[in-house]
Amino acid sequence: MSIEVKGLNKRFGTFAALDNVSLEVRSGELLALLGPSGSGKTTLLRVIAGLETVDSGQVLFHGADATSQHVRERNVGFVFQHYALFRHMSIFENVAFGLRVRPKQRRPAESEIRRKVMELLGLVQLDWLADRYPQQLSGGQRQRIALARALAVEPQVLLLDEPFGALDAKVRQELRRWLRRLHDEMHITSVFVTHDQDEALEVSDRVVVMNEGRIQQVGTPQEVYDHPVNAFVYQFLGNVNLFHGRMDEGRALIGRGEVPVPTHGESPSGAAVAYARPHDIDVVRPIHGEHGIAARVEHLLAVGPVVRIDLQPDDGAVPIHAEISRELAGSLALVAGDRVLVRPRQVRVFAA
Amino acid sequence: MVDAATPLRRVNAPEASAVNTAVLHAPLAAPRRSLERSTAEPAWVRVLLIATALLFLGVFLFVPLAAVFYEALRKGVPVYFKAVVEPDALSAVWLTLVTAAIAVPLNLVFGVAAAWAIAKFEFRGKNLLLTLIDLPFSVSPVIAGLIYVLVFGLQGWFGGWLAGHDLKVIFAVPGILAATLFVTFPFVARELIPLMQAQGTEEEEAAVVLGASGWQVLWRVTLPNVKWGLLYGVILCNARAMGEFGAVSVVSGHIRGLTNTLPLHVEILYNEYQFAAAFATASLLALLALVTLVLKAWVERRFREHRS
Repeated sequence: MSIEVKGLNKRFGTFAALDNVSLEVRSGELLALLGPSGSGKTTLLRVIAGLETVDSGQVLFHGADATSQHVRERNVGFVFQHYALFRHMSIFENVAFGLRVRPKQRRPAESEIRRKVMELLGLVQLDWLADRYPQQLSGGQRQRIALARALAVEPQVLLLDEPFGALDAKVRQELRRWLRRLHDEMHITSVFVTHDQDEALEVSDRVVVMNEGRIQQVGTPQEVYDHPVNAFVYQFLGNVNLFHGRMDEGRALIGRGEVPVPTHGESPSGAAVAYARPHDIDVVRPIHGEHGIAARVEHLLAVGPVVRIDLQPDDGAVPIHAEISRELAGSLALVAGDRVLVRPRQVRVFAA
Repeated sequence: MVDAATPLRRVNAPEASAVNTAVLHAPLAAPRRSLERSTAEPAWVRVLLIATALLFLGVFLFVPLAAVFYEALRKGVPVYFKAVVEPDALSAVWLTLVTAAIAVPLNLVFGVAAAWAIAKFEFRGKNLLLTLIDLPFSVSPVIAGLIYVLVFGLQGWFGGWLAGHDLKVIFAVPGILAATLFVTFPFVARELIPLMQAQGTEEEEAAVVLGASGWQVLWRVTLPNVKWGLLYGVILCNARAMGEFGAVSVVSGHIRGLTNTLPLHVEILYNEYQFAAAFATASLLALLALVTLVLKAWVERRFREHRS
């Protein structure tokens, strides 16, 4: 089941939640809508579900226009950010709800409902909770029940709104790997919304990066991470340093050093801002004649396998953040106050 | 799915560790107790406050309540029962029950509809509707009664038309019903609106996505979620419907055996110096109030349990 949206526009008052959004979700893929809050990602998900109407544009399910179709008839599974489990129903009844509300001629027999619900509870590995109530469950358990409930109606499409947003870090990581495996087994076309770039990059087949109601880039996690199309995507997908320098024939001149810049089409010349990830920055002891940005070590912090270094450039520019391996840090034997040279190994320059 | 099991079991690990945290928190209990002590008032202040409250309750609530039953039974049980089963008294009881039996369900339906509209939807004039719902609380019941006299009375707007069709509203049961409906208007809606607003619309949305129709959402999700609040509102509404005096007094006309409700009957008997009968009838209303109180306390407890 593929989903296509064409030229969607949605305004809330003067705020444009969706600004001419077009996107294709391929059949069977797991797609992430990634962006900061207010970027329109949740609105887009709700429009696909039919929970929100659009001012203009089209939603197509498997090529057929579903724009005016009622949410009830779209046969989508929706997992809400705060789960929205029915608080007065047992877990069993929550999962059975979608089957029980069917019109009589399509409603399965009681024994069939029981079999189906227990099968789904088995799938999310919570069949021992069938008689409990939502308040008695932990966040991670509620999340999985919400998923089982959504799957009970055998939806053509699964939509998840910040599915792991309200969980603590450890549960969240385990649950997202589990979701990925579940998707690989079921191959149901799925779209999930997240503001967490790690989550999007780790779980999805493709990532849609959104900002201010517009789609910035669509691609595989590797594509968007390695080849961001603009400064927003680059900054949103990880930590970043800014260097003010000059572009000259495919090289960026920063400080007294220069870094080759991979060019896409024409390369800009003149003053430019270069972006570099903390792990793409070399820190060396100053040796006479070597080029680089002279800086002072402000602060060192060892986190897991890397050492994070805050550096203050001598020219008074904004502080630089570098990440180097523990081994390298050990051999450099840096302490706060040391003078060093900073050399970006790899930078990106975006046309203004 | 076999390999998926391992991380999921680990998901449950934080729950197991709750035991450890409980142990860790145990030494904290002692300082917390001293914190309580630091916010408590000195003993004499506490005694004074409690004594004042009890005295107030006693003088203004328990003594009058006891007096009602004492006066009612002063001339003996036979007099008491004679006053209660006397035809005019029975007719007043009947009219009161009929009024409540019609007014409460009507306001139940209205209250649910209004609360649903206000809590779950955005529309123009929402604040106006909220203000209108509160109107019966802010207007004196006497004025509420007068409004109906002015509109439906013989000299009122529709008076001529009603008289022409031989319909009687004022000084008849329909007028009593209308006045009761007016004063009990806000009870159910006011109880449900904050509850429904706090619950939001996510559960309803989830139900619709799962294929439920509007009726199914109402009966299976919205109403069960507010059932205790609803019952609470109905109890308060019923108590007011049976006990209302002012508005009903204006439109009733005090026709014995026809348009007298219980509160009006009490007043008539009292004005005629039939004190024992007046108090006997009043004791029926007082009993009703006590039953309502017990019901209310029970519902409140269930309500709290349901919420937590």
